[in-house]
Amino acid sequence: MSFRLDTGGRFIDRSKPRSFTFNGKAMRGFEGDTLASALLGQGQMLVGRSFKYHRPRGIVASGSEEPNALMNLGRDKTFEPNARATTTELFDGLEAESQNHWPSLEFDIGELNAKLSRFLPAGFYYKMFLWPRSFWKHVYEPIIRKSAGLGRAPRHRDADHYEHFNATVDVLVVGGGIAGLQAAKAAGEAGAEVLLIEQGAHWGGRAPVDGAVIDGVPAAEWVEATVAALGAMPNVAIRARTMGAGVYDHGYALAYERLTDHAPDPSLPRHRLWRIRAGRIVTATGAIERPLSFAGNDLPGVMLASAVRDYVTNYAVAPGKCVVVVTNNDDGYRTALTVQEAGLEVVVLDARSEANGPLAEQARAAGITVRVGRGIESVKGKGKVEKVWVCDQTRDGSNPDPIKADCVAMAGGWSPVVHLWSHCGGKLSWQEDGAFFRPDPERAPNGADGAAFVLAAGAANGELETAAVLTDAYVAGARAAAEAGATGTAGAAATADVELSEPMLPVWNMPERASYALRSKAWLDYQNDVKVTDVELAAREGFESVEHTKRYTTLGMATDQGKLSNINGLAVLAGALDQEIPKVGTTTFRPPYHPISMGAIAGEARGALFQPVRQTPMYDWHDANGAHWEPVGHWRRPYAYVKPGEDVHAAVKREVLATRNSLGLLDASTLGKLVVKGPDAGKFMDMMYTNMMSTLPVGKCRYGLMCSENGFLSDDGVVARMDDDTWLCHTTTGGADRIHAHMEEWLQTEWWDWKVYVANVTEQYAQVAVVGPNARKVLEKLGGMDVSKEALPFMQWAEGAIGQFSARVFRISFSGELSYEIAVPASQGRAFWDALLEAGSEFGVTPYGTEALHIMRAEKGFIMIGDETDGTVIPQDLGLNWAISKKKEDFLGKRAQERDHMTDPLRWKLVGLETLDGSVLPDGSYAVGEGVNDNGQRVVQGRVTSTYFSPTLERGIAMGLVELGPDRMGEVIAFNRVDGTFVQAKIVDPVVFDPEGEKQNV
Amino acid sequence: MPSEIPRMKREMSRYSVFAVAREAFRDHQGWTRAWGSPEPKRKYDVIIIGAGGHGLATAYYLGKNHGIRNVAVLEKGWLGGGNTGRNTTIIRSNYLQDPSAAIYEKARSLYEDLSQDLNYNVMFSPRGVMMLAQTEHEIRGYKRTAHANALQGVATEFISPARVKQLCPIMEIRGPRYPVLGALWQPRGGTARHDAVAWGYARKCSEMGMDIIQKCEVTGVRSQGGKVVGVTTSRGDIDCDKLGVVVAGHSGHVADMAGFRLPIESVALQALVSEPIKPCMDVVVMANTVHGYMSQSDKGEMVIGGGTDGYNNYTQRGSFHHIEETVRALVETFPMISRLKMLRQWGGIVDVTGDRSPILSKTPLENCFINCGWGTGGFKAIPGSGWGMAELMATGYSPLTEAFGLDRFSEGRFIDESVAAGVAH
Repeated sequence: MSFRLDTGGRFIDRSKPRSFTFNGKAMRGFEGDTLASALLGQGQMLVGRSFKYHRPRGIVASGSEEPNALMNLGRDKTFEPNARATTTELFDGLEAESQNHWPSLEFDIGELNAKLSRFLPAGFYYKMFLWPRSFWKHVYEPIIRKSAGLGRAPRHRDADHYEHFNATVDVLVVGGGIAGLQAAKAAGEAGAEVLLIEQGAHWGGRAPVDGAVIDGVPAAEWVEATVAALGAMPNVAIRARTMGAGVYDHGYALAYERLTDHAPDPSLPRHRLWRIRAGRIVTATGAIERPLSFAGNDLPGVMLASAVRDYVTNYAVAPGKCVVVVTNNDDGYRTALTVQEAGLEVVVLDARSEANGPLAEQARAAGITVRVGRGIESVKGKGKVEKVWVCDQTRDGSNPDPIKADCVAMAGGWSPVVHLWSHCGGKLSWQEDGAFFRPDPERAPNGADGAAFVLAAGAANGELETAAVLTDAYVAGARAAAEAGATGTAGAAATADVELSEPMLPVWNMPERASYALRSKAWLDYQNDVKVTDVELAAREGFESVEHTKRYTTLGMATDQGKLSNINGLAVLAGALDQEIPKVGTTTFRPPYHPISMGAIAGEARGALFQPVRQTPMYDWHDANGAHWEPVGHWRRPYAYVKPGEDVHAAVKREVLATRNSLGLLDASTLGKLVVKGPDAGKFMDMMYTNMMSTLPVGKCRYGLMCSENGFLSDDGVVARMDDDTWLCHTTTGGADRIHAHMEEWLQTEWWDWKVYVANVTEQYAQVAVVGPNARKVLEKLGGMDVSKEALPFMQWAEGAIGQFSARVFRISFSGELSYEIAVPASQGRAFWDALLEAGSEFGVTPYGTEALHIMRAEKGFIMIGDETDGTVIPQDLGLNWAISKKKEDFLGKRAQERDHMTDPLRWKLVGLETLDGSVLPDGSYAVGEGVNDNGQRVVQGRVTSTYFSPTLERGIAMGLVELGPDRMGEVIAFNRVDGTFVQAKIVDPVVFDPEGEKQNV
Repeated sequence: MPSEIPRMKREMSRYSVFAVAREAFRDHQGWTRAWGSPEPKRKYDVIIIGAGGHGLATAYYLGKNHGIRNVAVLEKGWLGGGNTGRNTTIIRSNYLQDPSAAIYEKARSLYEDLSQDLNYNVMFSPRGVMMLAQTEHEIRGYKRTAHANALQGVATEFISPARVKQLCPIMEIRGPRYPVLGALWQPRGGTARHDAVAWGYARKCSEMGMDIIQKCEVTGVRSQGGKVVGVTTSRGDIDCDKLGVVVAGHSGHVADMAGFRLPIESVALQALVSEPIKPCMDVVVMANTVHGYMSQSDKGEMVIGGGTDGYNNYTQRGSFHHIEETVRALVETFPMISRLKMLRQWGGIVDVTGDRSPILSKTPLENCFINCGWGTGGFKAIPGSGWGMAELMATGYSPLTEAFGLDRFSEGRFIDESVAAGVAH
């Protein structure tokens, strides 16, 4: 059983005890502990259950590669599932509970799956649950789903907040071990702007634990001095608890800073996502030790050798009293020496036939038993390590001899962390000595200039000895700085004595010729329960691509993304396929390196800041006066103003009638206003619109249509000629940004030599439509410019003053009423609105919303973009041929509208629709025709595009597109309801109110 | 299309719970290969380029429905390794336009029985798909779709916000930015296990005697007198009577080899998954106003997708700001995901046409057919697409593919789904 040692612990402060709970049980640790070290310190070896077989799981690693120790942390609004105990720093009051078991961690019903594991090999679910058919949805899947997942689902809104930082640097160095420090120092000395980030809370990485000596002093001292030196450099920024999460095209990188996970503080952001643009990225991300594949290698108490010495050295935690180190390389001896020095019993099993390197000799000299040529046949114990059966590594595991032990330290060799190198396309090469993939500098991720923008350094680059790490990192740092444009010279590289070591021996099966029974208990992926035999099964069944094997067995798909399992797994696959490992290749490395919170990705943009509402100057008035809001684009517009005691429908009806009978006001400020200006503006306008706009006289307005290059109607609005070379284009509310972009696209990509400038001035003006028989009277009451019929006829505009407001007045109408649309500077919008309300009170002035607007335009048969159009409708379908210039040689959409299907007489055309019973036709209903088509679908001959109850006519009115519609006036056709019944409606003229225009032209 | 060489059917293990039990007692040593690994023959009746879902389904229905079994499916990488293995596995058929509804509903209905048909559990899970209406405009659009679906034989309904909340309790329906106003609900839509769809088809094709040839890149299309006669590959020349090009993001390249151009753009589409959590969401939700969709896999991961990248490329990666936009939208819609963590993000290259609808068509090269342009929504169509494509290749006409011909672009006969599909297919 694990326990806390009486002395030592680099990171912990024994004077600061910290209390926490695990599964409700009170426990104690120290400041500086991780949750993992604190649990081990309390003798808690069992920390979770695996995904599929619910096998007992203990802590394996000491860093972010940990696959097993996943916890539910906190509660309610600060609850987080799947947190790694190894990267969770301990604080007072931390609440943790283990996952994926019922009813308890110690007694888990799900463990039954382990007993049935022979029936549940890789991919078993593809071969089962086929009959009866309906059982998948109703029986099998619900059971499987229930047992799936790890942590609990959060149930509450997150109490914390998050933020984004943007940074632009010459050199980003990822990883704060000695390689990262050296690289950052070299780059900083050369004058580059450097950002150095480290995922953990401590600098220096493994070197202090491994006992390295740098520049003649212990590594920890060198690290401290170097961090201080970097901190003093004005061009270098360093951040701990900040992980390099991803590398993207063009030197873009993501970093994930955890600000308060170790010390909750609601006033600070919990996480910060750094969006970094770097000239060069140096990945000094170290290496991860590999487990060894022997039977029972997943029992709690079996750990990575490097993790064992981390816990002893950094946290003064002994994972057990009797430690068996099983190794295939010299590095394992460091763990043996460390645990022996801590007073624990230790035996080394070295799979190599001999071990005579300095570390092995040092171990023997220290009195440690070293047994070469040996491996582990199996580890046995009930939920923990009790006995290790030792065997000849080269044989099949027969005749093993037992050792009593409570901890096994696996040293299977090291794999460089190549994730960030690979995210953006960096390729790898296989290094035989060491048996790992390392970055291939010949096939690096390239930037826009074709040059490599990621440089790997130190262990991440496959250099595992201290001296080589420092040299490699120095070179990478200096090169990155120079390539990013720094002109200074880096100081000298740090030095270390060359460490002699003997070659490691790749061991993919332990023992080499292990039986099926042993291999079926040798685990590759601890979290997802993938065994050696699962990978072999995949190979046997033809899943030869490493991607197939991964997907078939789920190897490497767990929350650690295969950090421990991938190399071992693909070595087994290569063996099963009788192929070279590099030929089999790796799966794709994808961001993030380690999971990052959704909150951090969303950043500040939540709640009120999630798509901030665009507000017109009159927004507050609307809000205070009963506005029932409707989102339109990023705006919000009043759908109707609901008075006390009224429902929305009653409000709409009141607004329509008041406007038709006396005076209505509409906040039209959201309508797009684009200024098109320049010597070639007329030519440009003629291309953009179907109408002839170049000949529009100054002072006049014209209703214009815009089409896509495919001929479909995309927007409409009134265009006013301001002066000789200036046009003002009104667009729909939702269309303003889109049409602006559309104009810019044509100007920038096709007609870049035309002298035209487009500006979106939508927000510079507040615009009010003053509508109704008393519209002129209220304006005259306010005084100012002449708005008489003679001075300002229909479809003209003028500039002047209304009351004390300087205004641009457009005599246009979307309601069929006498109507003025008046633009005033945005800053005057609210005052102008108030003035109109005051002056209009004697006329019963009634502000109206979008629904009344829609109804009044429908009564007049005016089309609405988005209702009568849907991206498939051309102006000709809507009877708008009059707005399409016949004189122009070209406009956007002209040629498209000449294509066969566009000129087909059978196209559906706009008509009015009148139900026989006066009811309102259902929204979106289709007119049915005779029979069914070749696909068995009912034939249709038209559809409803707009349908309302008309308060003016006191019955339903509608518009629609119908095959040969205008030729079928008076005909009755059937429209469907979703319940399968039909409504009869007569085809009529779309204009049902004031067809002569007597009301608007007064 | 008679074949010169009779094909031998390959012996395959039949999958069942009994087979698994039997194998359990002999250490699973008796399982045979799921598909063969043959050397290419000199000639086939039909060659399909691309062993993704669509290519394999085409081959399968050529054999099953039309008796054409002297077929090779050529794959430059590993089968199912393109968009089939990268998508968010949503299956629905609540499309607006008749031709779309026909082919997607054909596909959806084939998915219902696909596990039994293929003797391979593709885990079709008709858990229901809802598309949220968060503007008045969306309400009208989805009501229109519901009316269209009623006449197309596609079971959908427009449901109330209360029903939305009942079906998906983790959703925040009160906004505040975009309150949920209702949803278009297709109860028999859902998800399936994407890899299994490709593997299941591959296994059956192989069993019928077809050759699935992986790591075989087509480098040229050979023709004589305006007719296709074969392909050049990294494993030599292979002749054929008919050629089907089913290569998604790389359709433009292969069409170029065959001597014609396509109205296609290739862009990256990204997706991501969270770490697995216990089941909390039993339906698929698509929110087009805020641009994001989410479901929970049987493994427990929240599977998340959004819109395409704004520029053309072939990298299978994509820009992170699209991930930000998607996650932002979904954190707003499902506040509880804020404290979940993104486990993995990835991209696929989708081939997008001008009207966002696919192309299943004859081509200017006689006996050469193309199936592409599925954009962001191909997975759900795989069985229907294969069914129609096989019919088109075997007989020259399929009602399912008729409207999706290449000529529609020159005629202006587009099939625009913008109302129903919005950002996400």
